[in-house]
Amino acid sequence: MTVERLLDLGAAINPGFHLIIAALLAAVAKDTFTRAVALIGGPALALLVMLYPPVAGVEVSREMFLGFQLSLYRPDSLSLIFGLGFVLAAALGGVYSLHRRDRMQDAAGLVYAGSALGAIFAGDLITLVIFAEVATVASALLVFAARTGPAYHAGLRFLTIQFAAGLLLTAGAALYGLEKGTFLIADLGGLWNGLLVGIVDPASAGGMLIFAGVGIKAAFPLVHNWLTDSYPNTTETGAVVLSPYTTTMAVYLLARFFAGYDPLIWIGAAMTVYPVFFAVMENDLRKVLAYSTNNQIGFMVCAVGIGSTLSINGAAAHAVAHIVFKGLLFMTMGAIKLRVGTTKASELGGLHRTMPWTTLACLVGSVSISALPFFAGYTSKTMIMTAAESGPGMLIVWLMLLFASAGVLEHSGIKIPFMAFFSHDSGKRPEEAPFNMLLAMGLSAGLCLVIGIYPGWFYALLPFPDQALEFLAQDLVSTAHIIQQLQLLVFAVLAFMILWRLKLYPAERPGVIIDIEWLWRKGAPEAGPALAKPMRAGARILAGLASIVIGRMQMAARQVFASDGLVSRKVPLSATAILALCILGLVMLVSLFQ
Amino acid sequence: MISFETLYAAAPALTAHAPVLMVAGPLIAACVAALSPTARTSWMISVTGSMFAAWMALAITGEVARHGAVDYYIGGFAPPLGIAFYIDGLGAMMALLVSSAGVMASIYSGHSLAAEVRAEKHTHVQAAFLLCQAGLLGLVSTGDAFNAFVFLEVSSIGAYALVAIGEKRDRRALPAAFNYLIMGTIGATLYVIGIGFLYAATGTLNMADLSARLATLGDSSVVQAGFAFIVVGLGIKAAMFPLHGWLPGAYSFGPSLIVIFLAATATKTSIYLMARFIFDVFPDGAAFGRNFIAWVLAPLAATAAIVCSIQATFEREIRRILAFSSVAQVGLILLGLSLATILGASAGLFYLMAHALMKMTLFMAVGGLAISLPARRLDDFAGVARDAPWSATAFAAGALSLAGAPLTLGFLAKWRLLEAALNAGQIWIAATVAIASLLTLLYVGRMLEAIFFRSAPAGAPRAVEAPVGVLAPVLVLAGLNIWFGLDASLPEQLAGAGAKALLAGAP
Repeated sequence: MTVERLLDLGAAINPGFHLIIAALLAAVAKDTFTRAVALIGGPALALLVMLYPPVAGVEVSREMFLGFQLSLYRPDSLSLIFGLGFVLAAALGGVYSLHRRDRMQDAAGLVYAGSALGAIFAGDLITLVIFAEVATVASALLVFAARTGPAYHAGLRFLTIQFAAGLLLTAGAALYGLEKGTFLIADLGGLWNGLLVGIVDPASAGGMLIFAGVGIKAAFPLVHNWLTDSYPNTTETGAVVLSPYTTTMAVYLLARFFAGYDPLIWIGAAMTVYPVFFAVMENDLRKVLAYSTNNQIGFMVCAVGIGSTLSINGAAAHAVAHIVFKGLLFMTMGAIKLRVGTTKASELGGLHRTMPWTTLACLVGSVSISALPFFAGYTSKTMIMTAAESGPGMLIVWLMLLFASAGVLEHSGIKIPFMAFFSHDSGKRPEEAPFNMLLAMGLSAGLCLVIGIYPGWFYALLPFPDQALEFLAQDLVSTAHIIQQLQLLVFAVLAFMILWRLKLYPAERPGVIIDIEWLWRKGAPEAGPALAKPMRAGARILAGLASIVIGRMQMAARQVFASDGLVSRKVPLSATAILALCILGLVMLVSLFQ
Repeated sequence: MISFETLYAAAPALTAHAPVLMVAGPLIAACVAALSPTARTSWMISVTGSMFAAWMALAITGEVARHGAVDYYIGGFAPPLGIAFYIDGLGAMMALLVSSAGVMASIYSGHSLAAEVRAEKHTHVQAAFLLCQAGLLGLVSTGDAFNAFVFLEVSSIGAYALVAIGEKRDRRALPAAFNYLIMGTIGATLYVIGIGFLYAATGTLNMADLSARLATLGDSSVVQAGFAFIVVGLGIKAAMFPLHGWLPGAYSFGPSLIVIFLAATATKTSIYLMARFIFDVFPDGAAFGRNFIAWVLAPLAATAAIVCSIQATFEREIRRILAFSSVAQVGLILLGLSLATILGASAGLFYLMAHALMKMTLFMAVGGLAISLPARRLDDFAGVARDAPWSATAFAAGALSLAGAPLTLGFLAKWRLLEAALNAGQIWIAATVAIASLLTLLYVGRMLEAIFFRSAPAGAPRAVEAPVGVLAPVLVLAGLNIWFGLDASLPEQLAGAGAKALLAGAP
C-alpha cells in the first residue's frame, strides 16, 4: 500500500525533478557508493515513475504562476519515447563516469539530464523555457569541467550561443503565448492523429523566434559550430554526458511545434550532407563524431519536416537509437582519451591489440550507426528512408539522404574504428579501459543489438505505435531495404579501400579544418590545405579588412564608452547645466508648439 | 504568502498620526544622534529612528490598503492655510520602500562606517543620514508642492554631506560631492521656478487644489512653462539621461552607507515626484504631457537604457559599473511609466522596487568586501569568491536578478515590463527592454566572471569575509531577491495599488 502511494506521489511529479534531486545527492556524495546511488538510482527512479502508471496524454499537474496556468508534467507518447532515451543515456553515462571523482561534473550532468527531461515533459511554454535554460547552464558547466584553457574558451563560446538561443526561445514563447492567450501546450493546437504535434504556427512572429531558438539548439547549418566546437574539448566522460540531450531535445521541440513544416525537409537534408565532408577530413576523432551527430540530427530534422506518422515515428526512434549508439561511440573514444590522452587519428592506430573489448564495442557502435540490418540504426533509419522515398517530389531529398548514409558509413562506420584501432600501428600499447567504462559500453552495445534484433517492444513505445507495428510487420525486413543497406556497405568499404590503397584518402594529419567557426573566432583564419591559393589570399584580405574594421569599431567604442571615454569621463558641471537648458528648451518646444 | 491587506496596523492613536510621526521620527533622531556622545550610541539611535519610521510606514500602508488614501492636516489646519500630508497607494509604496531601505542601511552602517569614516565623525554621519531619510519620507508623503521642494532639499543636503565624508578613503569624493551639490541645486532651482509659475497661474501650492484648478485653466503657456521647469528639474534629481552627470561620482566615492541608501531611494523618489506631477497634478491627457512623454521622456529613457548599459560594459571600476547600470535601469523604469497605462505604470513601479532591492544588494555586497579590500577596479576583485564566499554569493544573487535570470525578482520585473510594452502596442519599447537586458547580461557576466572564475593575481591583497553585522542584511536582501522571484505577490500588489492611485481613470 505505502509503496503504491509513494509511487503515486512520485508519478505525479515531472521525472526531471527526480534527476535534479539526485544531482543534489551527487553534489555532496563523498564515496563511490553514494555516487553510484545518485548516478544510477536517480535515472532508475525517473524511469520507474515515467512508466508507472501509463498516463499518456493526461495532464498530471496544473499550477498557477503570475496569473498563467502552468502544467509541470504532461506526458504523452511523444515525450515518453524521448524521455526513455534521456533516462537510458543518464544511467549509462552515470555508469561510464563512475571512475572519475568529480562531484561538479556528476551533479552538472544529472541536472543537465534532469532539466532536459523536465523540458520534454513540460506541459506549458514557461516551464519548458525555464527547464531549457537550466539545461543550458548545466551543459556549459560540463564543458568547463575539463578545466583546460581551450575548454574554458570553448565553454564561453558555447554559453554565449546557447544563451542567445535561449533568449530567442524565451522571447518567442512569450510572444506566442501572449498572442494565443495561453501558455499550455494542450491549448495551443489541436490533436493530429491523436497526438499534439506541429502545434505552433511558424509564420507568426513568436513562432519564428521559437523556430530560430530551437534551430540553434538543433545545430542547423551555419549555427552548428557550438556543437563541433565544444564536444571535442570536454573531458573523456564529458562528451558522453553532453551529447545526448541538447540536440535531441531540439528534435523533440521541432516535432512538437513544427512537424510537417516544409523548410525543415531541406534544412534537414542539407544538415545530413555537408558535415560528411568535414567529418572525412577531420583528424580529431571526437570531432568526427560531433560532425556525425550533426549529420544524424539532420536525418531526424528532415523526418520531422516530412511530417507523416511514419516519419515522426522514424525521427523519434532514430533519436533514441542515436542516443544509444552515438553514446557508445563517444564512450569508446572517451576510453581512448583516458588511456592515450588524445583522440587525434594521426597519433592513434593499432590499439586493438591491448584494448580488445573497447574495439569490439566500437565496432558494434559503428555498424549500428551505419544502419546495418539487425542493429539499432537500421531499425530506426529505415523508417526515415521509407518516408522520404514515399513522398511525391522527394527524389532529390531521398538522394541527399542516401548520399549522407554513404557518408556516415565512410566516416563513422569505417574511419572511426579503422583509424583508432587498426590502420598503421602507432606503437602505443595502452591499458584496457576501466571496468565501469567497459560495463557501460557493454550495456550500450547490448542495447544496440536488442533494439536491432527485437524491435517489437521498441516500436510499441513510438509516438504512433499502431502505424509503427504495421511497418514492422510489412516493411522493416523487406528484401529491398536489406539489399539497399548491404549495397551501401559494400560500396562504401570498397571505396574506402581503393582510396586507401591509392593513398587518396585524406590522410590523418594534424591541422585545423576551417568551418564557419572562423567567422566568430576572431582574427585571421588559418587557411587549410583544402583552400586554393587565390581563395586563401581572398580570405586573408577579407579577414584583414574585417579585423581592421572591427578594430576601428572597437577603438571607436572604447573612445566613446570606456571609463575615460567621451561620454563616461567625469561630466563637468557646465555640461550638465547646458544639457539641462537644452532639454528645458526641448520640453518647452514640444509643450508650447504642439 | 504575504498579503497586502495583512500588513501591520499600529494602535489606532499611532496610526492616526503616523504620517507626521514617520517624518518627525527620523528628524528628531537626527538631532539626538548629532548630540550623542559616542559613535556606538549614534548608530543605535539611527537604527531605532529608522525602525520607527518603517513601523509607521507599515501602519500607513495597512491603512491605505484598508481605507484608501490618507489625508492628514498638521495641527488640524486644513489647506490652503495648513500643511497637508497626502498618502495614497503610490505614496505608501514609496514610504515603505524608503523606510525599509533606511533600516537595512542603518543596520549595515554599524560595521561599514568604522572602516570608511573617522570615528569622531560618526555621530554627524548618522545625523546626516537620518536627515536624508526624513527628507525623502517627507517628500513621498507631503501633499504640498512647495513642501516637496523643502523635503527634497533636506534630503539632498544630508546626501551631499555624506558623499563628501567619503574623502577619508578617496580624495576624489570631494569634487564628486561638489558636483552633486551644484547639479542637485540646479535641479532644485528649476523645480522651484516651475512651482513659482504654477503658483502664479493658480494661486495655490496644494497638489490636490493645483490639480483641480489646472484642469479648468486650459491652454496656458505659464502652466506649460511651469511644467517644463518642473520635469527638467526633477529630471536632474532623478538622473534622467543625459542629466545624470552627478550620479557616477556620487555613487562611487561616497561611503557605503549613503551609497546603498541613495541607490535604493534617491533617484526613485524623484521619479515618484515626477510621475506625481505628470499624471496627477497636471490634467490627465493634456497635450503637453503627452507630447513630453512621447518626444522627450520615452526617447531619453530608451537612450539611457542602451547607452549607459554599454558604458557599464566598458567601465573598469566596479562601483562605477553599478552606477552606470543604475542610470540605465532608471531609463527602464521611466520607459514603463511612459506607457501611461495602468499595466505600464504598475510594471514601471514594480521595476522600481525590484531595482531598489537588487542594487542595494549589490552595493552592500561590494561595500562589505571593501571593508577589507581597499580596491576599486573590477580586476582587484578577481577571485574574491574564494576568500569571501557569502558576500560573493549575495552579490551573485543581486547580479543575477539584475540580469533578469529566471526565478529571481529581476526576471519578473523585466517580464512585466515586456508584457506591458507589448500590451500597449509599443514594440520598440519592448525591443529596447530586450536589448538592454542583453547588454546587462554582458556586464553582469564580466563582474561574475571576475569574482567567481578568475583567480587573484599572486601577491594581491586578499579580501576577508565581511563581519556578521554587515553580512546579515546583505544575505537578507539577497534572499529577498530570490524569494520575490518565486512569490512576488507583495511587490506586485504594492505596484498595482500605486499604479491605480497614479492613473485613476486611465485605461
